[in-house]
Amino acid sequence: MQYMALIYTDPQRKPVPGTPAFDEAMKRYFAFTAMLKEKGAFIAGDPLKEVETATSIRVKDGRVETMDGPFAETKEHLGGYYLFDAPDIDTAIRYGAMIPAAGHGTIEIRPVMSIG
Amino acid sequence: MGDVAGSARACLDRTLRTERGRIMAALIARVGDFDLAEEALQEAATSALAHWGRSGLPDRPDAWLIRVAFRKAIDRLRGAARDGAKADALALLAQSEAVPPEAIADERLRLIFTCCHPALDEKSRVALTLRTVCGLPTRAIAATFLDSEPRMGQRLSRAKAKIAGAGIPFRVPEPEDWPGRLGSVLHVVYLIYTAGYDSPAAADCDLCAEALFLARMLDALRPEEAEVEGALALLLLTEARRHARTDDEGMSLSLDRQDAARWDWAMIGEGLGILTAAVARPGDGPYRIKAGLAACRLRPFGPDWRAILSLYDRLLAIEPTPVVRLNRVVALAETGALSEALLELSALAGALDDYQPFHATKADLLRRAGRIEAARAAYVRAITLSARPQDAAFLRKRLSELPDDTACGG
Repeated sequence: MQYMALIYTDPQRKPVPGTPAFDEAMKRYFAFTAMLKEKGAFIAGDPLKEVETATSIRVKDGRVETMDGPFAETKEHLGGYYLFDAPDIDTAIRYGAMIPAAGHGTIEIRPVMSIG
Repeated sequence: MGDVAGSARACLDRTLRTERGRIMAALIARVGDFDLAEEALQEAATSALAHWGRSGLPDRPDAWLIRVAFRKAIDRLRGAARDGAKADALALLAQSEAVPPEAIADERLRLIFTCCHPALDEKSRVALTLRTVCGLPTRAIAATFLDSEPRMGQRLSRAKAKIAGAGIPFRVPEPEDWPGRLGSVLHVVYLIYTAGYDSPAAADCDLCAEALFLARMLDALRPEEAEVEGALALLLLTEARRHARTDDEGMSLSLDRQDAARWDWAMIGEGLGILTAAVARPGDGPYRIKAGLAACRLRPFGPDWRAILSLYDRLLAIEPTPVVRLNRVVALAETGALSEALLELSALAGALDDYQPFHATKADLLRRAGRIEAARAAYVRAITLSARPQDAAFLRKRLSELPDDTACGG
């Protein structure tokens, strides 16, 4: 089954580029991605640019409405994702727990619905 | 004729009451789907009434139900396979039908680990375990949660849908996940027990008995597992005193005021035997320690407070929670270190301000320290927070026994 791991983080608590904590986190991200690839489980995974760059879109009566930022007033924002293969949720949880952001943010694991 | 039909109904009811968990576990292990297993068993039960009424009872009604439910499940999957997707499941199922029912393994360990999976909400874990492993009807489970039957039915459906949809596997966890997952299972068993302990004796079903059934089942399916033994010992040592914990008026009795002749000494002996085996095994764990605590309170010449204090120190290393700290304070006071205990108690005030036992303990310690006015206030607060009338009655009695003289208080 394919699982999407959505990475939610609080920008205030994220490691800052240029600090040893940031370098350590990057190293762990690379190692995690390499591990998934070695197992043949990796499908995709990327960080997203800051939430300030986000635009939310709705279509009402055929008209496109755009809004600056996401709708929800939450502390944690979607900051990146992984898409991987796992035989079951136990493995998916184990993978999710290896994502460095799990230490200061929240990883949401969702099975991908297969269509067709 | 009526007799034959009647005995078929009685036999079916008896089999489903005592063997439903085992049958469901065997079915889910092969079908891989809770709903399909449940529907197939339902159909098999209907056909059992017709067949057993006509041709007499089978030697092994449970095996009969499993075999027929397998076939019903295959029929359902055949219907679905025409529409497309389920051909693999069907092939797998057709294979496993060849296994003679007598050789079907007891799959309830896999079943309870699946029902207690940490990806499910805690209340759903409890409900699903009671429904699927214990075989309690949804109505009875709803009643214990003070929920309506349809709402509980929805909760159970959502949990089963998540198991199927999110890929929660039907298996005993890997060794690396074992301690945490076992902890989740034992916590559910413990929650079921305490729900039974706190509910009135006349409740619809005896949840304490269900919890003991589950603990015994786990011990039988996974022998020599120290934390399972610890949990079973804890339940036995608690259950043995359940009927002695209130007086004739239903008022709570502290341990030293209970009539030890009303304790179930055979059950205590069994619990102590299991605990002895558990503590001889390597490592440490919360249930072993809690069972040890229960055992220390039962010593023939009163509780052994020094041993209790050191057990709380060990428990605190594993579960550093305010509630464990509070219990340690009680033990500390009992060893004679009253002022030290009061000092540690005041450090917990912030975390436990809405917790009835905190104020009951505070009242008791202040009373013993001679600070009568402060004790009075703590009793009043504890009475306000008491959920059970017998606890409030106990505290009111203590409050009324306080000396009127406030000269020595403060």
